[in-house]
Parts: sequence; C-alpha cells; structure tokens
Amino acid sequence: MSALTSLNGVRWIRENLFSSFGNTALTLFGLAVVWLVLVPAIDWALVRAVWSGDSREVCLDPAAGACWPYIEARLGQIVYGFYDKAARWRVDIVFVLGAIGIAWLMLPRLPSKWLVAALLLTVYPIIVFVLLSGGIFGLDVVPTSRWGGLLLTLLVAATGIVTSLPIGIALALARQSDLPVIKWMAIAFIEIVRGVPLITLLFMASNLLPLFLPDGMTADKLVRALVAFSLFSSAYMAEVVRGGLQAIPRGQTEAAHALGLGYWTVTGLIVLPQALRLVIPGIVNTFIGLFKDTTLISIIGFFDLLGVIQSGNADPDWATPNTAFTGYIFVGAVFWAFCFGLSRYAGAVETRLAHADRGQK
Amino acid sequence: MMSDSPHAVEIRKISKFFGGFQALKSVSLTVDHGERIVICGPSGSGKSTLIRCVNRLEEHEEGEIIVDGVALTSNLSHIEEVRREVGMVFQQFNLFPHLTVLENCTLAPIWVRRVPKAEATSRAMALLERVKIPDQANKYPGQLSGGQQQRVAIARALAMNPKIMLFDEPTSALDPEMIAEVLDVMVELATDGMTMLVVTHEMGFARKVADRVVFMDAGEIVEAAPPEEFFANPKSERTKLFLSQILGH
Repeated sequence: MSALTSLNGVRWIRENLFSSFGNTALTLFGLAVVWLVLVPAIDWALVRAVWSGDSREVCLDPAAGACWPYIEARLGQIVYGFYDKAARWRVDIVFVLGAIGIAWLMLPRLPSKWLVAALLLTVYPIIVFVLLSGGIFGLDVVPTSRWGGLLLTLLVAATGIVTSLPIGIALALARQSDLPVIKWMAIAFIEIVRGVPLITLLFMASNLLPLFLPDGMTADKLVRALVAFSLFSSAYMAEVVRGGLQAIPRGQTEAAHALGLGYWTVTGLIVLPQALRLVIPGIVNTFIGLFKDTTLISIIGFFDLLGVIQSGNADPDWATPNTAFTGYIFVGAVFWAFCFGLSRYAGAVETRLAHADRGQK
Repeated sequence: MMSDSPHAVEIRKISKFFGGFQALKSVSLTVDHGERIVICGPSGSGKSTLIRCVNRLEEHEEGEIIVDGVALTSNLSHIEEVRREVGMVFQQFNLFPHLTVLENCTLAPIWVRRVPKAEATSRAMALLERVKIPDQANKYPGQLSGGQQQRVAIARALAMNPKIMLFDEPTSALDPEMIAEVLDVMVELATDGMTMLVVTHEMGFARKVADRVVFMDAGEIVEAAPPEEFFANPKSERTKLFLSQILGH
C-alpha cells in the first residue's frame, strides 16, 4: 500500500509541479521564496526566541529572537487595557457570556437559535453595558477612557458588525425605493459617508460633534466613536447588499406579487434571503475590514489592542531591539486569527446553504 | 363565494406604452366566468403584455380593466385584492429557489390568506397530488425537471384558490418531451371550469379546450373566434399568414 501511495505521490508531483520547464521554474522559485521567508521567520519567532524571564535583561542577547516575556508581562493590558485590575472579573464575565452565545449560534446542532440570537442582541448588550460601566448594583464606575486592549477592539468590532448589517440592508432597500425622497436620502448618506475617510469621521465624532451640540447635551466619546464606526460600515454594507438585490431576477418579485404578497413580505421572504446568501463573501469582507479598522480608534485617544502594544513598545523597562517587533507580530497574529476564523465560518455557512439548496440539509 | 360581477375580466380600450413604443393599442376583451381564452400571435404582438395587465404586473395607461368587479387603478388595496384572486404561471416558472416545493406552495396562503400552516400544507399536498408530483414536495426547485417545475408553479398559483388563471407561454421554455405533462394539467384545470387566459402557441391545446381563440398582432386584437371557426375560416390575412407559419410544417 505504501509503495502504491508513494508512487501516486511521485506521479502527482511530476504532473502538477514539474510538468514543463516553466512549471518547474515556478515550483523552484516558489520553494526558494518559502525558504527565504519562512526559515528566518520561524528561526526568529520560535528557535532563537526568548520564552521566559521577568525583565528586559533576558532579551538583550544580540543573538536573541522574539522577546515573548514582554507579551507575557503586558498580557493584562493587552486584554483589558487600563481597566481597573480589581474589576477585571466583570470583563471576564462579558467575554465568557459572549463566547458562549456565539458558540451556541455557530454550532449547528444546538437548539433554540432564534432565542439565543434574540438574547445576544437585546439582553446581552445591557449586561455588557452594566458590567463594563458600573455605577449601579454597587459596581464601581469604570470610565470608558480606561477600557482598552482586546476588550475595546472586540467591543467596537462587535458593535459595528451587529449594527452595520441591519442599517446597511435598510439603506440598500431605501436606495432602491420608488419613493424619491427616501431614495435620494439613502444615496446621499451612502455617498457622503463612503466618500470620507474613516479617520475624518472619527475626528468629527470625537472633536467636532461636541461643538455643534448644545451645552450639556453630549454623549460619551466612546459612544460617539461607535456611532461613527457603525455608520461608516453601514454605508459599505449597503452597497454590498445592493449588489445582491440587483442579482435577484425580476421574475422572482413578479411571481411573488402575482401571488398577492405585499412589499414587505416579498422583500423579507423572497428577495433578501436570496440576496444576502449571494453576498455572504462581500458581507464577511466588510466585517473583516471593519475589524481591522477598529485600530483607528487609537487615533482619537483610545488604547485598543494595537494602541496598548504601541504604548508598551515605548516602555523603557522593556526596551530591547526586538520588543516592538514582537509586539506587532503578536497583535498581527491575534487580528489574523479573528479574521481567519470569521472567514472560515462564513465559508462553512456558504457550504451549508449550498447543500440546503440541493436538498441535502 | 360566487361573484356578482357579470364578467370575470373586462378589458375596455386599454393602451400601454413602453417609452415611445405602443405595445397595446386600445384593446378590448371581455371574459366570462368559466371561459377559456387562448391568445396567440407573433412575438412582440402584445399578448403577454395584455395578460400581465390583468394582474397589474404591467400598468395600462389608457382605458380600464375590471377584474371580477374590481377596477384596476393605482389603488394598492384593489391591486392586492385582484392579485389574490388571479393566479399566474410564467414562461420561466419563477419558483422561489430557496424554498422547497411545498414551501413554494404554502407561502402565499400562509402570508396572504392567513391560512394556518397545517391546513396550508395539507392543501398544498393535495394540489401537488393533482399535478402528480407529491413525492417531490420536500425537494428544492433546482432539483426538478422543467416540466416538474412548471407543474409546481401551477400548484403554487392554485394554492391561493384563484378564480382566474393567467398562463404566459407556460410551455415555451420546456423541452419537447415535457410539454405534454404540463398541458395535461392545464386541460384538467380547464375541464374543472377554471376561468383561464392562456398565451400559447400550442394550437392543439387551443382546439381542445378554448372557448375562444384570440389572435393579436402589433398591439391589436385582429380577430377572436371559437376554435373551429378560427382554424377553419380565419377572416384576416394576418391570421391566415400566422396560422400557415405555425401549422405549415
């Protein structure tokens, strides 16, 4: 058996990697690139890396690679930002509840999906707000300026994701409306918000908006930033969804109208289920973009995952030649893990829906 | 409930324009309850546009249409009232691909007529039985042949218990071997006394079930007559030419 497999293996390699002169050259070139990039990277991050220690001294060896003790020492800040140490258990509860809820939704076998989704969208945000801000039930107040790290990154990303899809759908439908006022308002909103850099929106939300609002009427700076993020990604989402809406043949709405269904039932039961399915890759793309754009919040004075690392890099207690690099590699890996997870999950959903259409539920 | 209105459909001098092109030129047609009308004519003659005006998938610009006593105007509740009573079958089937065959047939009764789900399901199953595909109920439209899909489309329209059925070239997109299975269902429906307006080139079907055959050309009704008369003695030259073209080979 092994002889046969290895024979097949050899044949596969010959047919796919060395079938022609050009193919052989490309294969060798590819291997060379992998060798030149991967080997030093692994060498630096794993082989020559320093794995334990409690000060910068351990990382000062000129031959040393990544300085992982720095990450370990900073882990608290990376996860919680400057959230009060004594109150970090509140953040832990938020993380655990959120993780349970999302896992419940993602595992196809578990029941009562709608109930869990409804709880996640209604009760959970209230719990999050109460736990994180405090101020009632004897919980100490923790101002939003102290929230940071992974907590802040996930909070901003989750808020953006949860709000941008419904707002984006509403905008896309409005843009296709027969009512001119609705249609032009949607177009104006989408084109203005999409035509402005996110940083500009964030600056406006954090600095300009308070100037316009009457005295005493102001929202928390983080809330203003969250609104800016939501509106920005909604505008993008609207265009993604519109692409899906346009792909639905006219015969679908005609058939539905001919059956006596009204606008909302046609939209909700016939058009959107098909349109959204078509644009899952675009939706996930927007989510991933949004997730990475959360790092821009550091520009208006918040310390998100990247902000925390950047401030840590400047810490003289950990000044080594590899500190900053280690920090960035770590943050990059965390972002990549979340985005890749999102993308894989979306892929699984697409496969499942495709199977459902072929009746292999 | 039997309607008090004297006619199933009354079309009075309607005109329809697509931009500068006049698709219907002051067309009038009265259809009695239980009457079966076959509409034929060359492509672009306005026959599809005519029946699409009956359930307001197209808006007519001049004249009036009264369907079962309800005048079709821009009044949305009148339009929805008419659409509840008028079923339509399309050339391209237009089944909902994300719903099963059964769900296709129960959707409108549940959401428009507020029929309880169990009742809608048993009624849909009876209709699928009638169009001879009850065993496909839980499949998706994409898994069915064209003929099967069109029969589902008929069952879907019948599930609303319509008084009038519109057929817009129901067999034109089908492979030849599947045309008969769809026509059989339509013949059965006609025998049961359904009011039908059928746009088709299936002259055998017209001979068999039509009370009147209507020939349209260039946005006008050229002639309308019972099939025996229509096929034996066409009055107009245009009708003769058309018949010779489609029956000639």
